[in-house]
Amino acid sequence: MAFSLPALPYSTNALAGQSMCQETLELHHGKHHNAYVTALNGLIEAKGLAGKSLEQICAEAGKAGADGAPVLNQAGQHYNHILFWQVMSPSGGGDKLPARLAAKIDSDLGGLAAFKEAFKAAGVTQFGSGWAWLIIGTDGKLKVTKTANGANPISTGEGQPILGADVWEHAYYLDFRNVRPNYLDNFLNKLVDWSVVDSLLGSGGLKSGQAA
Amino acid sequence: MSAMNRRAALFAGASLAATVFAMPRRALAQAAAPTGPFTLPPLPYAFNANEPHIDALTMEIHHGRHHAAFIGNLNNMVKDHGQVAAMPLEQILARLGEMPEAIRTGLRNSGGGHANHTMFWQVMGGKGGAPAGDLAAAVTRDLGGLDKLKADFNGAGARVFGSGWVFVTTDRAGKLALVSKPNQDSPLMDGQHVLFGNDVWEHAYYLKYQNRRPAYLEAWWNVVDWAKVAERYAAAKAGSLRI
Ligand SMILES: [Fe+2]
Ligand SMILES: [Fe+2]
Repeated sequence: MAFSLPALPYSTNALAGQSMCQETLELHHGKHHNAYVTALNGLIEAKGLAGKSLEQICAEAGKAGADGAPVLNQAGQHYNHILFWQVMSPSGGGDKLPARLAAKIDSDLGGLAAFKEAFKAAGVTQFGSGWAWLIIGTDGKLKVTKTANGANPISTGEGQPILGADVWEHAYYLDFRNVRPNYLDNFLNKLVDWSVVDSLLGSGGLKSGQAA
Repeated sequence: MSAMNRRAALFAGASLAATVFAMPRRALAQAAAPTGPFTLPPLPYAFNANEPHIDALTMEIHHGRHHAAFIGNLNNMVKDHGQVAAMPLEQILARLGEMPEAIRTGLRNSGGGHANHTMFWQVMGGKGGAPAGDLAAAVTRDLGGLDKLKADFNGAGARVFGSGWVFVTTDRAGKLALVSKPNQDSPLMDGQHVLFGNDVWEHAYYLKYQNRRPAYLEAWWNVVDWAKVAERYAAAKAGSLRI
């Protein structure tokens, strides 16, 4: 078995009205994500990954530290982008969260406004390339965190992601240029599909279904 | 349709023209120079001087927004640290471990960013070609000649995962080496001089090259000012190269 690029759950022009233009999605999904998949498939044999799930590969590569970086770069980015496409939607945005998710954000993170502020701060302060996350921590509580480059909360052992924002410049440069804070505001207010985040909360985080 | 044309077509769309094209220009006009010891060096040439290899809009945003942001951060950071504020940037970077812990990471990121971009503007604006004189001899002696240097440099730049830089460094004796760094780390942090370097953060090339970093790395050699690089080489050996 090999890893594969999942189809976008919407057309490449579906988010243009929400400030993620068609060219961004074409490049981001068709070029960037696809390149990670190709590179990861090229590592399966040399790195002995056959038979392992994507999540297992991320966790093991993360534990291996610097030695695991070549695998984590590609495996992490494959996982991260699978999640990223799912948590956005043409019907995303707004502040009406499903009750279960809203209650959990209230109790663990002090409410939606505080969560958004913390998530945006995580993304803005991730120097260089990386990701901002909402995760189910190992203690079962929701937590906001960030990781560099291709790492993710599975590779760091922090927990299970239910929402992730790509803060590599390729994610926002055509739409927002250097202004990452505006990209993150737009992501949180216009793009996130809260019903997907809620179902990931219910299922304990994203299961990619992909394996080497 | 080429990527440039596709983007031009996109920018012509009404909503995009409003949100994408107008936004950075308005922001640029409002970017007041932050006060403090650190200042943004003016570009030594016009924004379009590196066309067609590096587009004018990229130069404008890169210099006026990205580099300027590092300056603003630095000046904010040293406000309550008078001793650091009085130090030359190259000293701050060479002695990061001695800097106040509260601002050490900030100095590394924004100080490195200031140093790297200051160097970067200097070595561009040229017409490419080849180095001459003792710089050419050193390239042959230490890096296997210009063709090998370009191939190794482009390879190292392509292999930087995420954001970073690829540099050619020199020591005081004039020995050259190739090194890549993540994010805004600088060889100055290792006590080396930077002879020249190329920025492989996506912001350096995304508007024109999108995901094609190797094409950007290849094209960049066409704007290198080898006379400037030779000046830096002579200064490094004379002990007068700062950044
Ligand atoms: Fe991405
Ligand atoms: Fe840059």
